Amino acid sequence: MWTSFDTWIVVVGSLCAVACALPGCFLVLRKMSMMGDAISHAVLPGLAIAFYITGTRASIPMFLGAALAGLLTALFTQWIMRFGNVDRGAAMGIVFTTLFAIGLILIRQAADHVDLDPGCVLYGAIELTPLDTVSVGGFDIPRAALVNGIILLVNLLFLTLLYKEFKLSSFDPDLADTLGYSSGFLHYLLMTLVAVTTVAAFESVGSIIVIAMLIVPPATALLLTHDLLKMLIIAAAAAVLAAVTGHLGAIVVPGWFGFESTTTSGMIALASGLIFLLAWLFSPDQGIITRQFRRDLAPPVPLSEPDTGTS
Amino acid sequence: MPDLSDILEVLLLQNYNTRLVVLSTTLLGIAAGLVGSFLLLRKRSLMGDALSHATLPGIAIAFAVMISLGGDGKSLPALLLGATISGVAGIATMLLIRNTTKLRDDVAMGFVLSVFFGVGVASLRMVQTLPGASAAGLESFIYGKTAGMVQSDFLLIALVAAVASLVSILFLKEFLILCFDDGYAAAQGWPTIFLDVLLLGLVTAVTVIGLQSVGLILVIAFLITPPTAARFWTQRLLPMLLISALIGGASGWLGAVISALTPQLPAGAVIVLVAAALFLISMLFAPTRGVLPRILSQAALRRKEDRQHFLRAVYEILEDQAGEGPVANRSFPYEALFAKRSWTPSQLRGILRIACREDHLEPTPPGRLRLSEPGFGEAARVTRNHRLWETYLIQYADVAPGHVDRDADMVEHILGAELVRELEVKLGGPLPDQTVPPSPHLVGDR
Repeated sequence: MWTSFDTWIVVVGSLCAVACALPGCFLVLRKMSMMGDAISHAVLPGLAIAFYITGTRASIPMFLGAALAGLLTALFTQWIMRFGNVDRGAAMGIVFTTLFAIGLILIRQAADHVDLDPGCVLYGAIELTPLDTVSVGGFDIPRAALVNGIILLVNLLFLTLLYKEFKLSSFDPDLADTLGYSSGFLHYLLMTLVAVTTVAAFESVGSIIVIAMLIVPPATALLLTHDLLKMLIIAAAAAVLAAVTGHLGAIVVPGWFGFESTTTSGMIALASGLIFLLAWLFSPDQGIITRQFRRDLAPPVPLSEPDTGTS
Repeated sequence: MPDLSDILEVLLLQNYNTRLVVLSTTLLGIAAGLVGSFLLLRKRSLMGDALSHATLPGIAIAFAVMISLGGDGKSLPALLLGATISGVAGIATMLLIRNTTKLRDDVAMGFVLSVFFGVGVASLRMVQTLPGASAAGLESFIYGKTAGMVQSDFLLIALVAAVASLVSILFLKEFLILCFDDGYAAAQGWPTIFLDVLLLGLVTAVTVIGLQSVGLILVIAFLITPPTAARFWTQRLLPMLLISALIGGASGWLGAVISALTPQLPAGAVIVLVAAALFLISMLFAPTRGVLPRILSQAALRRKEDRQHFLRAVYEILEDQAGEGPVANRSFPYEALFAKRSWTPSQLRGILRIACREDHLEPTPPGRLRLSEPGFGEAARVTRNHRLWETYLIQYADVAPGHVDRDADMVEHILGAELVRELEVKLGGPLPDQTVPPSPHLVGDR
């Protein structure tokens, strides 16, 4: 049965998905897709320390701690890359596993006093978001919808204002530097946006959606277009589609196998994967099947040009 | 707080259970250090990341299958078999995306990681609702749990780790070619695709056996951190492999021991932190490529350059003073140095301080400077080398006389005695000792 609960879950999921997909496009273009994964693991110590200091699970300190940890991940990765001459992937891997290990230890230490379970932090619970509401202008809307909506607006604002700069520095950082747009500054701005988005999103809906939405819709869009603006729009659309079908799938699919229910976040990730699969197979100019068809339908190329007699 | 006898008991592996845990994590560290080195050199470190996340659906599905067959779903080999199958499916997806689209490696890895992990979490949640099944233990694959290991688990881990290490050593030469130049390897007729698949198979094996003890997120560190740390100590592959295996083994051993002594610390996390500490030490202090030794050697080179520039500037001042006559060691005004090179006063003060320490300067009235006897000899030698190199560049490298000073400036500091002798022979026989040839270009004020 579809209830207002389900509507809210889909709304929250869509807001979060689009908020992630937009900066995700630039991550994918900059060959930094794994940054979202790294940041979402590395924020664990930030959450734990914020909890230690404040002693509560209040949102704001947790959010600040996590965002700080996310930024530190980007910063440490850059340092190890630069000073140690280490490949970006390896640097990222070392930083996020180390931070995750620290977070795990801190959380185990705190586990005696409070329910701060890493599973809960990482998976979130999008199903429960409609229960936690705030009143805005007389309407009760879920806090998660508000948070993700704000993050989406912030991302939209930055990406619209600095569209040209981000575009240039993603495709040709050296040219951007020469023209006077600091690509280093834009890099850290993008990292900040990703960290803030990641943290805000997974505090409410869990990190799986975040990692998937940062990468998969942009990758889908990249298969369908070569134009940055179209890519952003397609990625956002694919993200919404994944959120809607993912939640539907979470209600319907377990029944096929005789199970009761499953997590919406996992199914949203799966849905985005299936949308990617469709684009992979049927993209107008790059799809596997489309290309195969075109090859079969194309007229055979003559071995030598027939003499047209124009000479 | 553990007392001394506890520590000894753990260190000497007297407790049976501790012995299993410590030995298996050590073996795992060694295998991961070897296999991870090839991944690092192939710039695919994060492949382990994607792969380990991709094992989760297999674990959940293997569990569900075992339950439906009437078991309790906790057989480690079966769970690991499921993990291997879905890990291989993940790798296949990754390679397919890379080969059939224009998307790059990182996107393919991110895609596999997130979608497979999502499916894994979704199916884990589904099978947890199975009647009569407690899937609580499955979560331990995500964060690692050494405490529950029994002897057969240990044997499995030890066997796979040993086989993986052995295969990496047997295929050392092939992997080496693959890592450094896969195009060349293919052109030489090596089966690069087979080798790539074999390497990924080894990575899968190490990841899967690491799931049980350190968990699927922290096993990534086992594959990445030791090789990256080892890379700072050497430029050659064989020593790098050895050091990497050593660091991996040491992290596994130390981490397991520490966590055995303080039970509230999860073993996986401690192992990763030990590895990270070893990485930090390597990055800062390793003599070959470490950060501090590099900074120190750069500073030493800069000091050497400053010293030689100073001596040559003094020699040229003395030449100016001597005019046509022989160059003699006289005192000269301090300000004359500024005309020779664009030093700031504080830079020059630093250089003079070093020159005093090396006994190149003699006490003089204020405002004037005078070289000591050894200092003068050194100045003549430095100037001579500089001019030999300049003359060589003009005669053999067709560098215009006006530019030669600058080019020579950059190279002269690393001229060895051997090279200087060769230059002398090239430029018309050895010069008598201490003779400084005239400059091949105008020595003017800058």
